[in-house]
Amino acid sequence: MRIPSSRSRRAWRGAVAAAGLALAALPALAQETFRLGIVSFLSGQAAESFGVPAVNGAKVVLDAFNNGKAPAPYNKVGFGGMKIEPVYLDENGGATKQVQELRNLYEREKVDAVVGYVGSGDCLAVAPVAEEMKKFLILYDCGTPRIFEDGKYNYVFRTASHAAMDNVALARYLKSRNVKVEKFNMIHQDYAWGQDSRKDFMLAMEHLYKGAKVDADLLPKFGAGQYGTEVSALLGKPADILHSSLWGGDLQAFVLQAGARGVFQKQTPVLSAADHVLPGLGEKFPNGAIIGARGAYGLMSPKSALNDWWWDIYSKAYNVYPVQAPYRMVQALLGLKLAAEKAMAANGGKKPTPEQLAAALKGSSWESPAGTIRMALGDGHQAIQDTAIGRTRWDPAKKMVAIEDIQRFPAECVNPPANMKTEDWLKAGMPGAKC
Amino acid sequence: MNLALTIFFDGITYASWLFIVALGLTLVFGVLKILNIAHGSFYAVGAYAGASLVAWLVSMKVAPALSVVALVLAAAGVAALLAPLTERGLLRMFYARDEVLLVLVTYALFLILEDVTKLLWGVHPYYAADTYQAFGNVTLGPLTYVGYDLMLVFVAVACGALSWWVLNRTRHGKIVSAVIHNAEVAGSMGVNVSRVYTWAFVAGVFLAALGGALTAPMISVQPGLSVGVIVVSFAVVIIGGLGSIEGAALGALVVGLARAASVHLFPAAELFSIYVVMAIILVFRPEGVFQRVQARKI
Repeated sequence: MRIPSSRSRRAWRGAVAAAGLALAALPALAQETFRLGIVSFLSGQAAESFGVPAVNGAKVVLDAFNNGKAPAPYNKVGFGGMKIEPVYLDENGGATKQVQELRNLYEREKVDAVVGYVGSGDCLAVAPVAEEMKKFLILYDCGTPRIFEDGKYNYVFRTASHAAMDNVALARYLKSRNVKVEKFNMIHQDYAWGQDSRKDFMLAMEHLYKGAKVDADLLPKFGAGQYGTEVSALLGKPADILHSSLWGGDLQAFVLQAGARGVFQKQTPVLSAADHVLPGLGEKFPNGAIIGARGAYGLMSPKSALNDWWWDIYSKAYNVYPVQAPYRMVQALLGLKLAAEKAMAANGGKKPTPEQLAAALKGSSWESPAGTIRMALGDGHQAIQDTAIGRTRWDPAKKMVAIEDIQRFPAECVNPPANMKTEDWLKAGMPGAKC
Repeated sequence: MNLALTIFFDGITYASWLFIVALGLTLVFGVLKILNIAHGSFYAVGAYAGASLVAWLVSMKVAPALSVVALVLAAAGVAALLAPLTERGLLRMFYARDEVLLVLVTYALFLILEDVTKLLWGVHPYYAADTYQAFGNVTLGPLTYVGYDLMLVFVAVACGALSWWVLNRTRHGKIVSAVIHNAEVAGSMGVNVSRVYTWAFVAGVFLAALGGALTAPMISVQPGLSVGVIVVSFAVVIIGGLGSIEGAALGALVVGLARAASVHLFPAAELFSIYVVMAIILVFRPEGVFQRVQARKI
């Protein structure tokens, strides 16, 4: 055996040491996980409609990611080989509590990113906190346009369109179907989401239906439950349509109470976010209602291999088809996965920092079951997407509510351009809309 | 039908629902001196029990109109099960302590029952809408009211009248009045005060659960029911004067009519209107309209 020289001996020792270090580092790499905070309503009024279906969606999708069973380009295990370790948190309890819980997620739970929040008030409260802490946050559902129109963020994103799209699409649908609207009634919850929806629809109608008048303009409190007086007010003011952004238990209670008193026979309901109550209410839901799903979701989703995969895994896991909340969750997670893997590639395969994640997601686009998501507004932090509106009909053969006469709207037709705030765009008559 | 009549009918139907719940709250306060925050939870449990029982009866092809009886039975079942357990197993341990501590105990119970309902019934909604439509509609001028809503007015009047009659015209009522006035003296005269407490609490829980069960057909029963009702019930009993049946009736009417007037005339001020009325009344009657005369102990 040849005895190595001192120089080659040093090289040999160096190689052995490097190999040893690499071997020591291997288990650490193999065990490295991406801790992901997921916040949604697990209790309270929004749990049944939004929180639990969304979290259920997250569970099946993260499971598919971790097993490398999602379709390409989402087929790498976890995020770029890192297993995803979800930390689920209840959004119930109000904005003050959520601010504290978000801090806990980042500081105590040591999550690498958070995807969450249904409530517009919660989103408005937590976004500045994540920004102040320089932590990565994706708002996956809330609707108020104000987040990126009144604020500027580096670490905060929203991977779904805001509520302006829902109401502009409804107004355009009415116009394209020549629905007569001389007078219209409105009922919205008295908080950020309801008030923004009300304003957006009114402004869109001012442009598309010049001269149409608002008659009843009702703002019951969130979670009112009893709508007898509101129903009387609506019955006392005959109108062509009744616009509402009610959702969840409030929408269900309103539909039951207003339906029993014949409101929907006298004014066509035009509902911006109603698809999620269809499976529960079934034949109690009015026929001929014009509804949106806050995107091309559920029964109005486009045909694609990705959508088939998603529909299949969700339906098999929970014995019900996915509606808007799980769709919004999955599109957030798909966008985050691609951003994380892009950031890792630029970072030598290592877990990305919040800054690297933000740089990767900013201005990006990706395919989701509901179509292409583009981070086109809010300096690349706010998504736009295509949407769809349709009419409901109870299908006695299938024993479910079907949605017919569906019209799809391209994202640029129903979302403001990057250089304008929603309100200014609507007041100006939606210039630059590509329909 | 003119606007004033519409406001009147809307106010009355809302007040009737509210009165049933607030009556239980005021009864418990009047007798046990407990500001029972868990009252909202008993309301929610009543709603879940009623909706579940109705769903089962509908699946057994029982006529929906008969399921109203099931709603009352569900409320009675909730009261029979939860009230003695709560009063004897929990509240009794704190009667000698500060009243503020009892408020905290009922708040803790409220939180526990929130989770218990979620554990038992999950987060998915329960419907009993067949019952809501089983009584047809009544047309009053241009407006249509659901027969079920109007039935609630009669139920509320019956609950109020029965409570008043029992407390003011029966021997048992006089015993309860004696306990309300001075539990120590009543006890020294041979009254079984702890039994009176238990029965008063059972009656209070029954009324809360009845309010929930009778509301179940109008809504989707799901988590979050208990918070809203307890806040507005407190407003009712504070307006009327804590512990007064007449006060609860008046408070419910004031809240119902104020809310109805606001929705029809100033919709944006709906929530605000209830509390403005409450504030105005409390300026002139700080302990509520029907404030009870306080016995002065020497």
